[in-house]
Order: sequence, then C-alpha cells, then structure tokens
Amino acid sequence: MNIKDTGLPCLMPRVKTPRQRYLAKRRNDKLIVAALQIGLLLAFIGLWELAAYLGWIDSFITSCPSRIVKTLSSLNPSELFTHIGYTLAECVVGFIAASLLGILIAVLLWRFVKLRRVLEPYIVVLNALPKIALGPIIIIWVGAGAQAIIVMTVLICIIVTVISVLNGFMAVDEGKILLMRSMGATKLQILTKLILPANVPALVNMLKINVGLAWVGTIMGEYLVSTAGLGYLIIYGSQVFKMDLVMASTVILCILATVMYLGVAAIERVTKKRYHIE
Amino acid sequence: MTLLAVNHADVIYQTEKSETEAVRDLNVTVDEGEFIALVGPSGCGKTTILSMIAGLLSPTSGSVTIDGEPVSAASGNVGYMLQRDNLFEWRTIESNVLLGLSVQKKLTDESRAYAVGMLDKYGLGEFRDAYPTQLSGGMRQRAALIRTLAFKPRLLLLDEPFSAVDFQTRMKVCDDVHSIIKNEKKTALLVTHDISEAVSMADKIFVLTKRPATVKTVFDIDITAETPLKRRESPRFSEWFDRVWKEVTL
Repeated sequence: MNIKDTGLPCLMPRVKTPRQRYLAKRRNDKLIVAALQIGLLLAFIGLWELAAYLGWIDSFITSCPSRIVKTLSSLNPSELFTHIGYTLAECVVGFIAASLLGILIAVLLWRFVKLRRVLEPYIVVLNALPKIALGPIIIIWVGAGAQAIIVMTVLICIIVTVISVLNGFMAVDEGKILLMRSMGATKLQILTKLILPANVPALVNMLKINVGLAWVGTIMGEYLVSTAGLGYLIIYGSQVFKMDLVMASTVILCILATVMYLGVAAIERVTKKRYHIE
Repeated sequence: MTLLAVNHADVIYQTEKSETEAVRDLNVTVDEGEFIALVGPSGCGKTTILSMIAGLLSPTSGSVTIDGEPVSAASGNVGYMLQRDNLFEWRTIESNVLLGLSVQKKLTDESRAYAVGMLDKYGLGEFRDAYPTQLSGGMRQRAALIRTLAFKPRLLLLDEPFSAVDFQTRMKVCDDVHSIIKNEKKTALLVTHDISEAVSMADKIFVLTKRPATVKTVFDIDITAETPLKRRESPRFSEWFDRVWKEVTL
C-alpha cells in the first residue's frame, strides 16, 4: 500500500475509534458468556443422556433427560397442573404473607423501642432455631393440609425478613431523621416519607432472599404433610422408586423458581427506575 | 424587634455513666433581620444549642422563645440547615424542596409556586426534575437552603453548613447562601468553628466558652462590605479575625 492509498475515502470506515473497539469487545464478551451458559446446560444434558445410553450410569437410579421428557408427557396434564397449582399457590401465598407480615413487624419494632428491646433475644433464638423442627407442632395446630405448608413457608421467611428489614430501618441516616424532626414531622411521616422510601433497595433485596426461602418452606412443608404438589410428587416418586418422576418434578420446580425470581427481578427494575436508585 | 430570646438556659444531659452539663446560663437574643454567628471551641455544645433553638430539645431550665412563644419544631418557625445537605436521593430537586411544606401540610398552589420560584431565582430552575446525584456540591447546598426557606421559617439555623463542601466551592457557596438569606430578608443564626466564616458572614458574633457553653463575649462586626467575599478582602477582616480568634482560644 502506498501513501496515496491511505488517502482514499473508501478506506476510512475501517478505522475504528477506541470507543467503537471497546463497545465491540463488550458485545463480544457478552455473546461469549451467553453462549457458554447455554452450552454448559446443553453439555450437561447431552452428557447425562449419553452416559445413560452407553450404560456408564444406571438410568433407573439417575434417570436421564429422555426418560424425564417421557415421564412428563405421560403424566395427565390436568393432574400435573393441579400439583403445580398447589405448590405455586402455597409458595406465593406464603411468600407474600411473610413479606408483608415481616415488614409490619419491623415497622412496629422500629416505632416502639421498648418492644424492640424486649423482643430482641426472642428474635435471635427464633432465627437460630431450625424452623423445620416446628413441623409436627404446626400440623397438630393448624391441621395437615395446604394451611400447614403456608405456615411453614411463612415461618421460614419471616424471621429473616424482620431482621433484615429492621436493620435497614435502623441504618437510615441520622441527619435525615433530624431534618425531618426539625420540620416538625410526626413518627408516621418519618416512616412514610423517609424510612420506607430510603429502604426500597433493602426491601427488594429482602424479596429476593424470600423467593429462595419460600420455596424451601413450601417443599419442606409438602415433604411433611401434603397429598398434592410437587414436593408430594418428589416424596411419592422416591418412595415407589420412580426416579423419573422425582427428576421431572425437580425440573418443573427449577423452572417455577426461576420464573418467580425473574418476577422479583422485574419488580427490582421498576423500583430502581421509580426511586432513582443507581 | 427581638425575634429569638434564649433566657438563662441550662442543658444537662443524663447518661448511664454520668451527668454532663452541656449549656449553662445561656443568654442570646436575636433581632429580626440580623445575621448572628455563634463561635466556640470544638465540642463546646453548639449542636446542643441548635437542637434547643430548633425545638428538638427542651432546656433543663430557662426558656427559649420566638416572638415570645416557646419554640416547638411543629410550629415551622425555625428552619434548620444541617452540615450535610441531606437531600433525599429518591426525590427530584423540586420534590425535595417541597418536603417541609408537605410535612407541615402547607402545600398549596401558592406555596409551591413560591418554592419553585426560588429555584428559578437562584439558578436551579432547570434542575427541577433532576435528582440530587446529578447536582454539584454547591448546587445541592443551595437546594437544601431553598428547602429550608420554602416553608417560610421566621428564623434560620445554620449548623456549619459549608463544612461538607470542598474548599474551592466553599467560598462561593458561602456567598450564595449569604446573598439568598439577605435577599429574602431572613434572620439567621450560624453556628461554626470556622472564625473566618463567622467574620465574613455575621453582623454579630457570640463567642462561647468551652463546655458548659455560655456566652463569653459579643462582637458587633462593623465591616460594611456587602458579601462575604468582599468582606474577606476588607483590611478590617484580619483585624476582626484576630480579635475573635484570641477570644475563642483564650
């Protein structure tokens, strides 16, 4: 290439600015990560299937993707959706109840200092207690059914909710509280205009944690008492040694939990925009 | 006319370990339209005095009155401007400025127009819908001042309002705040440990003793220059600075 060539306009678009190069690299990196994520899943499924097919593993014990698909398609759809409906309803009701109740208790503990001081040791002990130990008591008190599972879900979520939300409330800048007080704000105004909006990120975080915990509570509850639901299918499948059913239920559970998490992530995006959180 | 009167006020703090006398026999009067500075050694109980005047803390004995009435935060008579701007990050500048009005349930079309008008007047009009993080330190402090002025307090309390602003912008913010206060014909009480700030802004300086705080000396500052920056250039500035500094440290 001689000097004249470099002056040709047709060569100009090939020159990339550092900004363009940076953006191109970022786009590439994103694509690579996404491709690897999908690839990993496909490789896992493929290897599992292959190992079962070649007899490296006993698919009677480990099941395998094709058998899971076959099991899913052989299940009566209306029956399957009843099971899914039960589990989903228990989980969502427990999740919402625990979150709302937890916030309410945190508000009361924030508002009434004496109450907080009195209840502090109890909350610590309840937090340390494995809630699953209360299962039999719950069954006897509220009866063996969906209500027991919801109570279990609430119990597992609520203590953590109260503790994390209360911590967020207590961490609000003293200067801002002083400002509100100097304007003559009542406790209720301080709560609604300062404490709650300032804690939107903490509340969303709490929801994210609760999604996971609510599923733990629901499935644990179903292991203990249920006659329907995915937890029931898993327990039933393991008792009659139908590993395909266990695995299929687990896969559905995985999908449901992901959907619910994505729901909370959507809430997070909306609140971040609304409350201008960086 | 006397606006604020602090009469023989004592403040004694009780804690588990001890009893602390923070303020002893404090007497301060502030006339309408005056700009007063309280200066004292650090830890002399300045914040306690401010809390007391803001109506957030009652004196153990003695009285604090505004227009002859005992102070209370709920009255909206006192606007308290703190060290940091404390703007709420989730509210726009306009909504931040209206905070006091909405807390005091005085938000009307008229009061809103007054507050927004001040934003326009003092160069924040185009940032009405911006969020605090998008503003510079100086602009944030100006927004905080307008938030305080929006509910038309009779007396403005300034608690070292420039200490959190970096040095370069401090002089400018100091000028801004001073001119806004003078422009709006407000009575102000500035508490600071920065003597040059006090001399450059105040008509009158009360020098406080160390804890328990009480008034040691009162200086009438007679520098006639208009703005804090021009006052700093005045030859009398360093003279007053020395006098006040000696009184504080002695």
